[in-house]
Formats: sequence, structure tokens, C-alpha cells
Amino acid sequence: MSKHPRYVDTEKCIACGLCAEKCPKKVDDEYNEELSKRKAIYIPYPQAVPQKYAIDSDNCLYLKSGKCRACEKFCPAGAINFEDKPETLSLDVGAIVLSPGFTTFDPTGIRTWGYGEFKNVITSMEMERLLSASGPTEGHLIRPADKKEVKRIAFIQCVGSRDLNKSHNGYCSSVCCTYAIKQAMMAKDHVKDLEASIFFMDMRTHGKEFERYYERAKGLGIDFKRCRVHSLEPVKETEDIYFRYIDDRGKQIETQYDMVVLSVGLCTPPSAMELAYHAGVELNEDRFVEFSSFDPVGTSRPGVFSCGAFSGPKDIPQTVMEASAAAADATRLLRSARNSLTRTREFPPELPIDAEPRIGVFICHCGTNIAGVVDVEKVAEYARTLPNVVHVGRNLFTCSQDTQDTIKNIIKEKGLNRVVVAACTPRTHEPLFRETLKAAGLNEYLFDMANIRNQDSWVHAGQPEMATLKAMDLVRMSVAKVGLLSALPGIAVPVNQTGLVIGGGIAGMVSALELADHGFNVFLVEKSNVLGGQARHLYRTWKGEPVEPALHELDARVRSNPLITLCLDSTVAAAEGFVGNFKSTIVGPKASRVVEHGTAIIATGAQGYVPEGEYLFGSSSRVFTAIEFDKLNMMGDRRMKEAKNYVFIQCVGSRCQERMYCSRVCCTHSVQAALELKEKNPDGEVFILYRDMRTYGRREELYRKAREKGVVFINYEAHQKPVVRAVEPRRMEVEVWDHILHEPLRILTDIVVLATAVIPNPATAELADIYKLPIDADGFLQEAHAKLRPVDFAADGIFMAGLAHCPKPVDEAVAQAKAAAGRAISVLSSTSINLEATKATVVEANCDGCAMCLDVCPYKAISLVSVQGTAGKLNSRVEVNLAQCKGCGVCQATCPKDGIFVAGFSLEQISAQVDAALAG
Amino acid sequence: MSFEPKIIGFTCNWCSYAAADLAGVSRMQYPPNVRLVRVMCSGMVHPKVVARAFEKGADAVLVMG
Repeated sequence: MSKHPRYVDTEKCIACGLCAEKCPKKVDDEYNEELSKRKAIYIPYPQAVPQKYAIDSDNCLYLKSGKCRACEKFCPAGAINFEDKPETLSLDVGAIVLSPGFTTFDPTGIRTWGYGEFKNVITSMEMERLLSASGPTEGHLIRPADKKEVKRIAFIQCVGSRDLNKSHNGYCSSVCCTYAIKQAMMAKDHVKDLEASIFFMDMRTHGKEFERYYERAKGLGIDFKRCRVHSLEPVKETEDIYFRYIDDRGKQIETQYDMVVLSVGLCTPPSAMELAYHAGVELNEDRFVEFSSFDPVGTSRPGVFSCGAFSGPKDIPQTVMEASAAAADATRLLRSARNSLTRTREFPPELPIDAEPRIGVFICHCGTNIAGVVDVEKVAEYARTLPNVVHVGRNLFTCSQDTQDTIKNIIKEKGLNRVVVAACTPRTHEPLFRETLKAAGLNEYLFDMANIRNQDSWVHAGQPEMATLKAMDLVRMSVAKVGLLSALPGIAVPVNQTGLVIGGGIAGMVSALELADHGFNVFLVEKSNVLGGQARHLYRTWKGEPVEPALHELDARVRSNPLITLCLDSTVAAAEGFVGNFKSTIVGPKASRVVEHGTAIIATGAQGYVPEGEYLFGSSSRVFTAIEFDKLNMMGDRRMKEAKNYVFIQCVGSRCQERMYCSRVCCTHSVQAALELKEKNPDGEVFILYRDMRTYGRREELYRKAREKGVVFINYEAHQKPVVRAVEPRRMEVEVWDHILHEPLRILTDIVVLATAVIPNPATAELADIYKLPIDADGFLQEAHAKLRPVDFAADGIFMAGLAHCPKPVDEAVAQAKAAAGRAISVLSSTSINLEATKATVVEANCDGCAMCLDVCPYKAISLVSVQGTAGKLNSRVEVNLAQCKGCGVCQATCPKDGIFVAGFSLEQISAQVDAALAG
Repeated sequence: MSFEPKIIGFTCNWCSYAAADLAGVSRMQYPPNVRLVRVMCSGMVHPKVVARAFEKGADAVLVMG
């Protein structure tokens, strides 16, 4: 591994930004798509981790020409190191995860779009920066060329995707339709009367909740036009963009826009191809990592895993799932080495503290970041006058390691029992100072921070006097609060290192196996008497892999694994507990039993929609759902053998008022089936009647092949559904409006296949009730965060996988199952969990058990209990489960009797801060 | 002298307090009239504390979360 020199010592850099201010060399900022400038010493983007500067050696004047070193001269922390050299590292590892990501398609030089030539044609990545509050225009939608506010904007989809003519990318990039909608909606937020149009081929909003988002965009007046724009032309005087297109009535329209955004696709960057080569990992012809649907994060080389867009274009939730899945698979190989490199820090025992506060205040200069604006000396003088303050110190950098030692010694020497640090933000630095308190033998909760940098000197740079007054106020507020804080004991809960998986479909089996392969005992509960779930009805994956043999293998591995206790014909009837300590009642065919487990994975699957009464389903023996069709076709049913013509109807039960979501798998299935029929009998006619073909990612290749082989695709609109009529004993007539001919088209067919929706399993709702889990508007499980926590619930220790979360194909279900197991393993691999001590605490004297807090608690952490009162009476009061409580304090704001408070944020403590704030 | 309001802002540790930090990182400038109190959730701000702020002389109270 080679490591490039950074020329900045990250241990010393405090990210004050003085170096960048003094650096004389301006460079195009690649993060802002070169729409703005940065310096040669820089932090690539505001959220970069670590928040440390780096020198761009290609542009640094000193490194280029040997003159300058301004950053070195001005750096207050001595962090610049021009002697830094490239390093070659050799690491001994047991597994490798590759996640080099993607680059966007570069449309430069392609005459059709004029990108790079016409100033007001930009890429979606540039648009992203224009819409960002931290971007070059601070979120104002203005044209880069003439700063004119944009009033009319067009998005052109599939630039560098689904296009073998102008790019080498035949695949669909999966994410552009939704991001274009997002950008159009955001742009409309910025410019009230903005006219936004999206020119697309198929609107592919196949992700969870995306269909609703699409509908909302239509409701907001975003104009969706189904057509391919031939080419763009600039308007000479105004630099607007002119083009012609064909509308849905076949009429040619001429139009002009202020700005055109090219929705560019995702591709593998050359550097990642190089990485794949060196790692010995095979790429497919679209330059993505080749994988199997049953091993979606595996690569051609054992021990090397991949995740994210490296194995195909995908959106954030899928990427995050794959990341957890890859981590699970990698740690499976490292199982024997688990915890062998961990070290535990030892702290001295806590000193008993006096009731009388002895407060130490440490005021940080942060180089010149604070001291350059705030008169820190004055603040320190002021702090000395505050009640109970026995020590005030000032430090150039309070966060530096030597200052920690100083603080530790002062705590001991002066007998401090409360500490205030007036510096940056507790969100980044509180953990560091808490460690220092612990090292001095003081309870870590006897601490508060006054935010005099991020929320003072940085935001009032032009008003030093006011900023100084504000800093004094903030210190006074912290001193007032810290005096009221008490030592809080650490909370640790034990973990029962056993997993429970509910649902024995592909997702459930994969999750159970992953847990068992990591060495944990697992209970796998399946309602029916067989394993396999919906996958038992599937013929093959979109990649053409047969499903049945893979299912057999999983089934055999589950049954033979000694760590898996398989409970068939069983359901979970009741559950209680919290992370690390659940108890679930499993009701089996003969008896029921209570099992104790540390985590649970819900993989209860979904069902197929039964289109009773639609398109002659149920009344004709030649109208089937896709799953029935697959089975009969496989079995060689006579009706299938005799048939010549087939009609597939898409979106049966999906994308409608009752189910405003896309079922994600049906387009690919129909195309795959049609292709096979056409290959078997090239003379037969196969029609697919669709609303939007959603063969996302590399599935697009199937769609292209199907068209080449002569499968006929006819688009229909939701308000003009096809009609199926029985016209002959063994044949039907399907009528559909033809958008090209502008007249109804009647097709005589032998078979009609309905691509029916994936609908939630009713058992999921029952389980959700048992484990107190949220269900979304469509009846699927609701994840903690749609993008960043796609397998977690808000409650700790319970995870989800498979169709119970939303419709998805096999490869995605397997990835999610491995991800859920990986998340569960992060809990199961320790014997106990340490929790933050800021929790709700019941004031027994005040609580009368009115239970108002029970209903409002978002984590169901509060319960009502009976306690022995005076004179033998039973009294009610509430009890808090500390493992479930997140310290949000909604209970505190609800309680009419001051019967419950959050330690560290009690009414008294908050009020003290308010009083102190207004006392100045 | 012009009127300078005293404003108390209750900010959630996870969102609005973080946003106020980010405003600093981005060097956005705003009037120095607000004093922020960090809470673990805007839902923990009892109406009594809001009333108290007004009693003690706040001209405005912001609850952000």
C-alpha cells in the first residue's frame, strides 16, 4: 500500500484555517466542481474526516518551485511538515474490502449536449453544488456564466447511461431519475416560480418511498416529458439553450431554457479498475465487480470483498447495506482473531466529591480562532468573579495532549470537582475532556463546555466586543449549570450472545448462517414447515442463476449447522426486553418455549398480490400471475406449449392509489421471461405493456436484448389501462392505446401474464406489534434512517432484512440479510454494552403514576409499576428501562409534577442556564 | 439606542445545535443576540422553562429541533 505525503501532521493540526487564509495559491475547487476556488493547503470538503488540512503537492508553490512556506510560518500548532515523504506500507490482513466508489460520466466534447462549450449546460454534479448552502453560490440558483437567476430549467436524463452510441455504458445508472427529481424539487424551493422539466425515457423511481416522491413532484408542477432530446443549441444573445422535442401527441415543440442539467451516469473510475487489477478481482464488461446473487459482496477472489458502486450503480441505502454485509463477511474470516488487538484503558478510582462545587474554568484561545476575536483575557477575568470558581486558566490549545496533562494536575492540586472548558463544540471535544476528568479521578459527567468558537468567535468575527460579551454569558451559563451537575454512575448492560432470526426465507437463512458462522447460537423461527419462503417460487435470478439449487444448499447448511436451532411450524407470540436482553416466546407445533437472546432479525418476507377480477384473472384459465407463469412454464404445461402469442401486463397492483410503490422486481422478470419465450419461438409474438420499464442497473442489458430479439414494448398510462377481453375459446384480445399510432391497438393472444405487486406479509404487522416496531404507510418495516441506517430500527438490537423491508430481488435481499447479521454481530460480539448515563430518572416523591410519560416516550422505555406505599397501600409509579431510554427527555417536558428528569439536563439545570443567560 | 432583543434558543444536540456548529465552520455571520441552550431533544423543553425565559426578560424564545 502506498501512502501519499500530506505535509501536515494530523496529530498537531487543529483545523484553524490560518494556513489556508495565508496560502497565496488559489486552485479550482474540485469539490465544488471547479465552480469556486480553494487554496493549495485545504480540507477537501466541510464534513471531511479527519477535519485536518492537507497540502496539494501539485499546486503548492514551495513544493513546486521551492519558495513560499507561508503556511509553515503562520501555523500556530507547528503542524506543517515539508519533509513528509511517500510511504510504502505492508499490512498483514486476513480480508480486504474494496469500496473505491464511482465517478460520473464526463460528457465533455460530445456535440449533442455541448457540455464544456455552452456555458449554461451543466452536469447534475455541478447542479448539486449550486443547490448546496455550502456551495459556490450559497444555494442560490444562478447561472455560473452571467449570475442570472434561473427561471426555466430542464433536466436531461440518461447522459452516459443506457447509451452505447455516445458512451460505452449500456447499463442504467439507477440513481439519476430520483436525483433529478430531488434537484428539481430543491430548485423549486429556491426559486418560487421556477419552471422545471425532466426529459426522460423511463422514470425509474424503484427505490423505497421513491414512487411517492415522484407523485409529489408531479403535484408540485414539475413537468415530466417522456422523450429523448436530440441535441442542444445555444441562443446567441442570451446564452439560453434551445432545443426541439416531440411531445406525447407526436408534435414537434421548440423550446428554450435558462439552464440545462445533464443527469450524468455513474462509472467506475480508472483508478478503481487499476485497484481491481492489483487486487486480482475480475470486472465485468461494464467495468463493475462481478458477483453472484447469493454472494453479493464477494468477488472472484476469496477473502476480497466489495461494496458500493464498485459492483454496479446503486443508491445510498443499498450501498450502506453492502458495507455492513462486507464487514460481516470480512469479520467472519477474522473470527478467530476477534478482540486480539484491542486494548482497554485503565482509569484511577473515582474520588468522592464535596457537595460544595469547586469549579475550574479553562478558556481556549484556539490559536487565533477564538483569541483573534474574543478578548479571552477579559473573559478569564470575568470568570474569576463567578460563584464557586476557584481556578481559571487560559490555553493556546486546550485540546492538545500536554494541556490534558496540565488540566489533570490542576484538578488534583486545586481539588476541583467541576470543570468548564470554554472552547469549541462538545459535539467533537466533550469525549476528550471527559477522558481527562476520568484520568484525574473525577466523574466524567461533572463537566460542561461553553461553545465560544463555533457559536461565537466564528459567527461574530466582525463584532469583537459583542462576541466577548457573548463569551462571558456563555461561560456564566456553563458555570451555573456545572455547579448543579452530579456524578453519574456508568451504566453497563450484559449481552446474551445469542441471536434470534424470524422468517426462514432466503434472507432469514442467510442471516442465521452468518451469525452461526461467526460462532453465535441462533434460533431460526419459520412459520411454515419448510424453509425458503418466496424464493421457493422463483425460477432464476436476474443474472440467470437458477434459484432452486442455491436454496437447497442454504437449506442443507442451515439444517446441518449445530449452532442453529431451527423452529419450523413456529411463531413468536410474545416478547419483552431490550438490546442484549430479549426474551421471546416461540410457539411451536407441540409446545411453546421462552428463549433469551441479545438481538433479533426480522425477515418475515412478503406476498404476491392476487389480482382478483382484474384483466380476467380468475375467470380465464389463460391469465396468470408471473409466479404461476414461471411454474407452469417450467412444468411444461400444455397451455404454454401450445401458445404462440403472449402479453405481459406490468404494474398490476403496484404504483396505484392503494399501493403507491414500485415492486422493483417485475419489469426485469417480464423482460427475462419474454426474452426466453422469444428465443424458444422466434415466430411467436411477445408483447410487454408497461408504464416505465425499470430494468435498473445492469438489468438494462436484458431489456436491450429483448428489444433486439423483437419483443414488442408498448407504453400505457395509469389512467388508460389495457383491457383484456375473451374473444375465442382459447384466445383473448388485449386492447391498449398506442402512443405512436395514436389509436387503440388490439392484440390477439394465447396467454396473458400479470406482473403482480409484492405486498406486505400480514404477519409482519403482528410481529411489529410484539416488538414495538414501526411499520410504514405501505405495511413494510420502517428503518431508523432511510439512507444511513437501512437495516436498523430506532430501537437498539433489532434489525430487518429481505422483503419485509420493501420489495427487492434476491441479490439485494442476501446483501441486506448479511448486513442485518453484521449489525447484530456488532452487539453480540461483546459480553456487555456501556451506555451513556444521561437517562431519565424518576423522582419517586413526585411521581404519582399518572403515566402520561408512557405514551409520549418514543423508545417505549417507561413502564408503570406498583410499589408498596404507606399504610399497606399499593401506589403506582413509573419505572425507566435505562437500556431503552435514550435520554431525549420528552417525558420531562410532559410530566405535570416534576416526577421525572434527564440527568444532566434537568429542569433545574436548564433553568439555571436560562437565568444565567439573562442575568448579564 | 436601537432595540437589541435578547433571545434564548433551545437547540437539539443532534440537529439544530449541530447546525449552529456548522454555521460556525462555514463562517456564516449572524447577530450576536441569541444565547443557545443545548438540550438532548427539543422535546425535553418543558413549557415552564420557556415561560421562565420570558419572565426573566427574554424578548423571544426559539425552540429548534
